[in-house]
Amino acid sequence: MATHKLSTPLTDDVIRQLHAGDEVLLSGTIYMARDAAHKRFIALLRAGQPLPVDLRGHTVFYSGPGPTKPGHVIGVVAPTSAYRMDPYAPDLFDYGVKAAIGKGNRGPAIRESCRKNCAVSFSAIGGISATLFTCIKHAEVVAYEDLKAEAVQRLEVEDFPLLVTNDAHGRDLYEEEVAKYRALLNPA
Amino acid sequence: MRQIHTNLITDCVAALCIDACRNLPEDVIQGFHDASRREVSPLGKSVLMRLIKNDEIARANEISYCHDTGLTIVYVEVGQEVHLVGGDYQQAVQAGVRKGYADGYLRKSVVGDPLLRVNTNDNTPAVVHTDIVPGSDIRITVLPKGGGSENWSTMKFLLPGEGVEGVKRFVLDAVTAAGGSACPPLTIGVGLGGSFDKVTEIAKKAILRNLGEHHPEPHIAQLEAELLEAVNRTGIGPQGYGGLNTALWVSVETYACHITALPVAVNIQCHANRRKSAVI
Repeated sequence: MATHKLSTPLTDDVIRQLHAGDEVLLSGTIYMARDAAHKRFIALLRAGQPLPVDLRGHTVFYSGPGPTKPGHVIGVVAPTSAYRMDPYAPDLFDYGVKAAIGKGNRGPAIRESCRKNCAVSFSAIGGISATLFTCIKHAEVVAYEDLKAEAVQRLEVEDFPLLVTNDAHGRDLYEEEVAKYRALLNPA
Repeated sequence: MRQIHTNLITDCVAALCIDACRNLPEDVIQGFHDASRREVSPLGKSVLMRLIKNDEIARANEISYCHDTGLTIVYVEVGQEVHLVGGDYQQAVQAGVRKGYADGYLRKSVVGDPLLRVNTNDNTPAVVHTDIVPGSDIRITVLPKGGGSENWSTMKFLLPGEGVEGVKRFVLDAVTAAGGSACPPLTIGVGLGGSFDKVTEIAKKAILRNLGEHHPEPHIAQLEAELLEAVNRTGIGPQGYGGLNTALWVSVETYACHITALPVAVNIQCHANRRKSAVI
């Protein structure tokens, strides 16, 4: 399990070098979008219309921050449960999104979609919002302002701590590690 | 009679909302430290160290530990010698939540109608439980309950004959289904007995108990210990990354129940185990 210091955009060459269990410190531009924005994205994609922001080649962070305190660039923020975006994510990977950031295990369709599209699903630790807040250097609402905490925001991040949980080779970290420790804790 | 102005309730609730969201209880922090010493999974251990660090950052910067500052659950015990003056009691509690979430820059995560789903923009209404108790004080507890863990909570009527084994199976199934999505290491509240409504109420009250404190009844304390051991053999571990520490604690609360029933409820609490109390 390696540690990679990476910058966006993530190219196919870089993504192919990532393996489930690798730690990544990601810097650069990522886009924050969660449930309500995904619902709108999918409606546009299915209607053959462009998204309000071109997300091809980009990283999508599933989250909705708290309110911004005076003097801060954004409120506290950490990923929401990734499985809730599972109905939408394969369409977005097909469209050209290269990476997603969420928390918690995802379904088999994501594993297949990451392999097919040379994409990656990262996990950030859920609930460490105070920590992740300190990694965000700039934030700007770029679409769906009416969705408030669920609006799409462009973020500039520095050393955002991530773990590769679904890699482009079809591996799933949650499944592998839980099976390993379950076997260790329940010897036959 | 002791007269208490409802403004004091509003101010107390507001302060508790902010304190709860920014400062995890000491027993929970201690639980992270204890778990990190036991943890054998390198990824699991690194998650626990990150949680400890996250608490330090939240305190130092006066910001929330987690961005999901929850649906607010408020428990109020009103002494029967108290006479409330100055305004409507329920409105005073809701005003406290509104003030706390505004002043503390806490996320507003409540929609007014479950189907229309328009945000109320002030995190009200809170869920308020009020009890009349002996004495002349008011004791208030605020529990901001995050959605990621609450969504995995569940209840069922078991057959009475399913007994302890049935309860264990049900709790394990709930924790396994939640996996990493509920943000382990968890605190698990289990309700046993009562009615359809009572069993979920006591399951939630169970997560208010400090980590390390067992139920006074020996057979229930034993069940708590056995449940914790079983949950921590699932291998789910911190964040679902694998490991020994899927839960920090399991608390069970019980109530009398009907001869035909063994109701069981499981309330899942994430690592952001936030609860703060004060007495007026």
